[in-house]
Amino acid sequence: MTLAMAGISKSFLGVGVLHDVDLDVRAGEVHALVGENGAGKSTLLKVLSGVHQPDAGTIAIDGEERTFANPRHAQDAGVAIIHQEFTLLPERTVAQNVFLGREPVRRGLVDTVAMEHATAALLAEIGETGFGPDAVVRRLSVAQQQVVEIVKALATDARIVAMDEPTAALAEHEVALLTDLVRRLTARGIAVLYVSHRMPEIFALADRITVLKDGARVTTLTAAELEPPTLVRLMVGRPLSAYYPPRATEFGDVRLEVRGGTAPAISGIDLTVRAGEVVGVAGLQGAGRTELLRAIFGADPFTAGDVLLDGRPVRLSSPRRAIAAGVAMVTEDRKAEGLALAQSVRENALLVLHAVFRRRARVGAARTRDLLATVGLRSAGEDQEVRFLSGGNQQKVVLAKWLAADPRVLLLDEPTRGIDVGAKAAVHELVREQAEAGMAVLMVCSELPELIGMSDRICVLHEGRLAGELPAGASEEDVMALATGHGVPHVEVPR
Amino acid sequence: MRTLRDRVGAAAPVFGVLLLLLVAIAVVNPNFLEPASLLAYLKRAAPLAILAVGQYFVIVSGEFDLSVGSLVTVQVVVAARLIDGDESATVPVIVLLIGLGLLVGLVNGLITTRLHVPSFVTTLGMLLVLSGAVFLWTGGAPRGSLSESFREPGRQGIDIPGFGQVPWSALILIAVAAGAAVLMRSAWGHTLVATGDNDRAAALAGVPVERVRTTAFVLSALAATVAAILLGGFAGVSAQVGEGLEFSAITAVVLGGVVLGGGRGSVLAALAGALVLEALFTLLNLLGVSGALESTVQGVIIIAAVAYAARRAGRRRRPPAVPEPSPQPA
Amino acid sequence: MTALAERVRWAPRLATGPAAGTWIALGLVVLLAAAIVTARGGDYLTQANLLNMLSRTTALGIVAVGQTIAILAGSLDLSVAYLIGLTSLIAAEVMAGDPAMIVPGVLAVLAASALVGLVNGLVITKLQVNAFIATLGVGLVIKGILESRYEGPAGSVPVLFQRLGYDRIGPIPVAVLLMLAVAGAAALFLHRTRAGHHVYAVGGNVEVARLSGVPTTRTTVLAHVICSLCAGVAGLYLASRLGAGAPYVGTDGGYDLESIAAVVLGGTVLAGGRGGVSGTVAGVLLLAVLDNLFDQLVLDAFFKASCAAP
Ligand SMILES: Nc1ncnc2c1ncn2[C@@H]1O[C@H](COP(=O)(O)OP(=O)(O)OP(=O)(O)O)[C@@H](O)[C@H]1O
Ligand SMILES: [Mg+2]
Repeated sequence: MTLAMAGISKSFLGVGVLHDVDLDVRAGEVHALVGENGAGKSTLLKVLSGVHQPDAGTIAIDGEERTFANPRHAQDAGVAIIHQEFTLLPERTVAQNVFLGREPVRRGLVDTVAMEHATAALLAEIGETGFGPDAVVRRLSVAQQQVVEIVKALATDARIVAMDEPTAALAEHEVALLTDLVRRLTARGIAVLYVSHRMPEIFALADRITVLKDGARVTTLTAAELEPPTLVRLMVGRPLSAYYPPRATEFGDVRLEVRGGTAPAISGIDLTVRAGEVVGVAGLQGAGRTELLRAIFGADPFTAGDVLLDGRPVRLSSPRRAIAAGVAMVTEDRKAEGLALAQSVRENALLVLHAVFRRRARVGAARTRDLLATVGLRSAGEDQEVRFLSGGNQQKVVLAKWLAADPRVLLLDEPTRGIDVGAKAAVHELVREQAEAGMAVLMVCSELPELIGMSDRICVLHEGRLAGELPAGASEEDVMALATGHGVPHVEVPR
Repeated sequence: MRTLRDRVGAAAPVFGVLLLLLVAIAVVNPNFLEPASLLAYLKRAAPLAILAVGQYFVIVSGEFDLSVGSLVTVQVVVAARLIDGDESATVPVIVLLIGLGLLVGLVNGLITTRLHVPSFVTTLGMLLVLSGAVFLWTGGAPRGSLSESFREPGRQGIDIPGFGQVPWSALILIAVAAGAAVLMRSAWGHTLVATGDNDRAAALAGVPVERVRTTAFVLSALAATVAAILLGGFAGVSAQVGEGLEFSAITAVVLGGVVLGGGRGSVLAALAGALVLEALFTLLNLLGVSGALESTVQGVIIIAAVAYAARRAGRRRRPPAVPEPSPQPA
Repeated sequence: MTALAERVRWAPRLATGPAAGTWIALGLVVLLAAAIVTARGGDYLTQANLLNMLSRTTALGIVAVGQTIAILAGSLDLSVAYLIGLTSLIAAEVMAGDPAMIVPGVLAVLAASALVGLVNGLVITKLQVNAFIATLGVGLVIKGILESRYEGPAGSVPVLFQRLGYDRIGPIPVAVLLMLAVAGAAALFLHRTRAGHHVYAVGGNVEVARLSGVPTTRTTVLAHVICSLCAGVAGLYLASRLGAGAPYVGTDGGYDLESIAAVVLGGTVLAGGRGGVSGTVAGVLLLAVLDNLFDQLVLDAFFKASCAAP
């Protein structure tokens, strides 16, 4: 089955988001769609899936023109979308989610047995997933939920599958699982439209690549014709240095120290971060990286152990206390924990000041404006509601919100998730700048090259314990060895 | 551009509806535009408008307060019984009423935020407890009477030479409105709305979510106390004085374009919603729809007005009927 | 997995769902009530007292089951109390004491209830009015009709129909069986029909439901029709108890807010998408036991207090 979208245009309340976009996907092909945050990738996919109706343009499947007035029509035509945001019901089981809207019926009643059988079969097809059809989705990890999303798409017998950043929330080894799955889909003749910001997997998977910029198609090329730097230039409009900003050469005193930090998922963590230093936290899914950050931040406080800020012991029993003491944390899940979606960009950016540093709120407004410019926010203005921003731009608002508080310690949990290459570089520079200004940075990032590139030192966690520390420039193999518990002995880091 | 339209759009319909209704009243009864009758209208509207302001704080923070109606009744009944016509008791009793209001708001807020009981249930329980208490205490017929000075704010006004009498309640209403508007522009106001929008994100940004919400409940109960003092003077003592006021207040807030579930809407629009309701009652009275089918017409018009506001605000997403329960401790 | 295994799995799910807590609380409160009453020299677990509680439970139970479905769909219904009054009158007036008119009376009640549910659902989905306001408004509309047409009780139901309210099969009142049948049907609807699954989806997240191809409008409307039908059945039951229709039998009983309270006590989340009928039944019983206990204690105290007063 082939898909051809031609001349697609779409605007929201008079603001053009897509301009005359052409795109075709052939059976058995992976067609990657790339572009900066807010370029219109998700919007194009929503047009394809009947969520939005295009203002102009046509969608043809196997040469036959179709209009999708709602998601149901697109499903019936063999189009399945894995949306950038999860479309699962957390309180329902895997099988109920997979067959939502298409429950099998026998003699007037939902055939729950058949439903679970079919789901089990689809799960088996994917491989070892670690959960069954009757698991409640709320209890699954993010990666497992992503698998459910994929199974949900497959269950429709779709011939065209569009995936919007399916790997954004996945760890490295889970990404491998997914790319493998995509290959199997194409082998069955399914056409795959694939949106991602991650260069390696784009080049590993894509047969052709379409670049979208400001809602218009820049070009469509075969992957073989392209090199990563060229693609980046096409997306961003300017060449981008392939390097991370230079590391610091000297550090200040110890800013943050954790002694014997213990919480439900972590135990006995000893850790220091000096002023000006960026320390990376590595580990597999479930190793306790997020838990460590949340414990320091007081969101799920340590049950035992001490935290010292600038050498003085502090009790960070709530985020409010931590913030007042000069700690900031960019959380992993920006929709659920980072943003008040119905509020404006300005409201969100000023929230920490309003909540904790009331006196600085007035001065903060001007500085916030600068910060929003620094992180490269693209919005219709400071009054725009955050929920209308693209995912990447939402992340930039979160960053600005925390930097506005001028923290001494910055905790970053997956700070570049879902951010485009250009913005990623901007975030890297920003983090480095903040460190140079004396901030201590502790950063979790699932993309190893990025973590290694950014860190002055890497702490590796394994099953809730510190497996070891590695100096700047450690290899991915070193990190993985520690992370998987095949510990090289503790490497002493020169101080 | 769009956001400007968005912001005005969310509030504008209620002001449009209000203007429309006032014009309609003026057409039916040209005298309505005279200062005296406009002020009388404000005087009638003041208790509900003040309740709407209080309810706004609770609703925008993502909760509900169903207890205000029965609290008004309790306050009036208690005042009548304790004052029993004795002028000198007025001030101490008013102080006591304020204390009672504080207590009720505090209990509502603490049970909701600390015990994680949905506020719909907490305040419903409070409603049942308060009305049960009134029933047990009065046996259905309240005793005692209010003093003249207690009734002053609800009935009298100050004479302004060359203008006539300005009712106290109109002045109190204006003061409450101004205070609320200032409060919502303060840092606390920003954190209140953020809490209603996403309490997890707000808590992680350092907002003391439980305290902010509890304060909202306290403000709502204090508004109910003020409304009770005005109503006691204006409408007199009965065991039904507050009946159904919680629904009227919530309706007024929603008419103002404030979203149940929290995070959206302005306090002045909520207040305008109350003025719309009162204008509606006035108009129905003028048209002689009182009595028989009054409720029916009210119901239809309330639905129509909210539907109109929803259409104008261009909100495509249907908000949940009821907000999520309070957050688990972060 | 076999069909048998599927059936067996129901048991633990019932015991571990959100409803479990309510059932446990119910058990504890019953024990506590029995202990208190026995300690005061009464006999709590008499058949008379139990039956008294059960019949009080019936009407609220039927309404609350309907309310559960509305709430699960992310909505709620504040019009049920007025609708109960209206349907009790429709039943009594259509039947007018004539046994032959029982069936037309019941049909008229069901038709009127379905119509009210339809209006509720359409106002919410098509006019985008928040459910709270929509059903409050529809309730006011019904209230106006009641106020303009009735002063007090009206009509009468035939003796044959009154047997619904008073007859027993063995020790168990017919009406309790009726309530259990309504609850069972609702549970079957929620767990084993597509529309029931869609109710959970719409209540859990309308947007997700829409993206998954669920007919969201139809689902919300259906949930409201079912909720109103349940209120209509409660109206029929109350008419049979009273022997006539009474305009304020619903509002005096506080069926609107109390049914919502029962649903929430039963572990159903007010925002929708999670919970079920089993918990609601427990919630209704819990309210009834508390109410009964309160009555026994307070009336006692009240009685003593009034005797002591001059
Ligand atoms: N419903 C909407 N109303 C108004 N504007 C919208 C809406 N949906 C998207 N937009 C705007 O359209 C633009 C494109 O958004 P889209 O989500 O398609 O970007 P994207 O390419 O997927 O970005 P990202 O890589 O960050 O996911 C953005 O500027 C966004 O603000
Ligand atoms: Mg996107």
